[in-house]
Amino acid sequence: MTGTVTTPAHKTPADENRIAGQNNLNGYLVGAIAVFIGALMLAPLVLSFFASIKPSAEASAVPPSYLPHSFSLENYDHVLNFGAGLGTYVGNSLGVAAFTIIFSLVLSVPAGFGLARFNIPYKEVLFVILLTPLMIPYQALLTPLYFMFAKLGLANTLFGLAIVHTILQIPFSVYLMRNAFESVPRELEEAAVIDGCSTFVSFRRVFLPLVFPGMVTVTLFAFIASWNEFLAALIFMNKETSFTVPIMLVSVRIGHFGAVDWGALQAGILISILPCALIYIFLQKYYVSGLLGGAVK
Amino acid sequence: MNSSNASRWTGLIYVLPALIFVCAFVLYPFGQLIATSLTSRSLLGGGAFVGLANYEKAFNDSAFWTALGFTARYTLFITPILMGLGLLLAFLVLPNRKIRKVVRGVVFLPVVIGLGTSSFLWYWLFDEQVGLFNKTLVDLGVIAHPIVWFNTANMALWAVIISVTWKVVGFGMILFVAAMQSISSEVVEASLIDGTSYLQRATRIFLPLILRTILLVTLISAIGSMLAFEQLYIMTAGGPRGQTLTTVYLIYQNSFINFKLGYGAALSVILTAIILCGTALQLVLTNRRAHQ
Repeated sequence: MTGTVTTPAHKTPADENRIAGQNNLNGYLVGAIAVFIGALMLAPLVLSFFASIKPSAEASAVPPSYLPHSFSLENYDHVLNFGAGLGTYVGNSLGVAAFTIIFSLVLSVPAGFGLARFNIPYKEVLFVILLTPLMIPYQALLTPLYFMFAKLGLANTLFGLAIVHTILQIPFSVYLMRNAFESVPRELEEAAVIDGCSTFVSFRRVFLPLVFPGMVTVTLFAFIASWNEFLAALIFMNKETSFTVPIMLVSVRIGHFGAVDWGALQAGILISILPCALIYIFLQKYYVSGLLGGAVK
Repeated sequence: MNSSNASRWTGLIYVLPALIFVCAFVLYPFGQLIATSLTSRSLLGGGAFVGLANYEKAFNDSAFWTALGFTARYTLFITPILMGLGLLLAFLVLPNRKIRKVVRGVVFLPVVIGLGTSSFLWYWLFDEQVGLFNKTLVDLGVIAHPIVWFNTANMALWAVIISVTWKVVGFGMILFVAAMQSISSEVVEASLIDGTSYLQRATRIFLPLILRTILLVTLISAIGSMLAFEQLYIMTAGGPRGQTLTTVYLIYQNSFINFKLGYGAALSVILTAIILCGTALQLVLTNRRAHQ
């Protein structure tokens, strides 16, 4: 029986099943169903990948086939040389994402520090102001922002679009950084004060290393949100050379001569998925912890 | 250090850049939006003050009601589907076994893909000529001929719901799994000793104990659905005959295609009012300090 204390490390598979409320026999059945659903979820991506490595004509053939009959990088070649060239679009997307990451960090890390460690007058009011992008959807603000950017010379610039993407990230980032700074033990801060550190020095030397995981999470979310964002990019980037990757897909689908180049579309889709999928696969820990800490806590 | 007056102002300095940013790029444009909504502004000029005329116009505009109605219908259909499937999946992958963890990761993967990108992917899968979704249904004998999904508003709605479900169902699942895992194992063990059935444990222990998470995810999903744009822009282009235009899509058309800026602004303010109700509730649920 379970008279002794079991630490998570000592849980057997049977324990895991039991705690989840499932017995072993059901466990196998439920496991099989889980695998089936996993396969179902992966199918669209796998089929898209197969379509992308078909020769161009085969990718648009009617009726379609699940598997490629012959291998070709023709579709990737089409996307590579599409419009202003894939390099331009990926470069734009990376540029916007880089600015978004920088803005998000520069604004949210000090704000989180200030909110977590000081008795600022009207602190909660200020915090709610920083959360207003949640309440006022950015979709509603695009017209005034569009005209503001036109006046400021930010229309069609990576910098301008990054400002819009940063608006989206502020509430989550500030919330996450505030929590990160709050979880640093008081004693560490007091020790720094005794050592004669100024506030700024203790911020840099004591706090920043400790909230580094939070900063990684802010960076990942800013990158993924910016790389994927569609509506603002569609409205603000209306020159072919300033398109980001998702907007490139709009043009790829329209294609030449009115016929959709299905193979090129699949290649474009996979290229746009790849960075986010890699980040998720290799930095899952930071991503999921951010989701759990930021969305529902 | 925290109690002195000087440090209170030091703290404010750290918060100031973010505050200025939000004031400049959220609150100030929002003020402008409200001001524009009270004018007849269009691309041709005409910025005369018209009072609440744009709001009156929206109230009597069948296109606005159709869009709001479609958006509400989409939200009412997809939210229970996302919550139901998310919960079922969470129960399915709850045990920390290797295979279940992998499935968790796979189901969550589409969440990090852009909604625009996934909509293009499903636009292809649903195509009546080259689409493999149709081909699979035909091969399985579910349908005799490929379905033209985007010909009627109803089928288009379901196509969009299927594609968005694939993309976001993992979001709810992962949050539900985390909430279930934070239930102390003593509670579950005790119920096992009491000889409860799996269904009893699921409905009387797991579900009530993660109710707050369920409510929050429901709200987040519903708010997101009320702001739907990409999936319709890419998959249906609002068609057939404008029947699948969402509120955001209608605002986009008015503001950036027809340049009826005053009217578009009024629609944006109405949308903000609707979303505000949802997020206010979300913040109340999120704020643990207020509850404890």
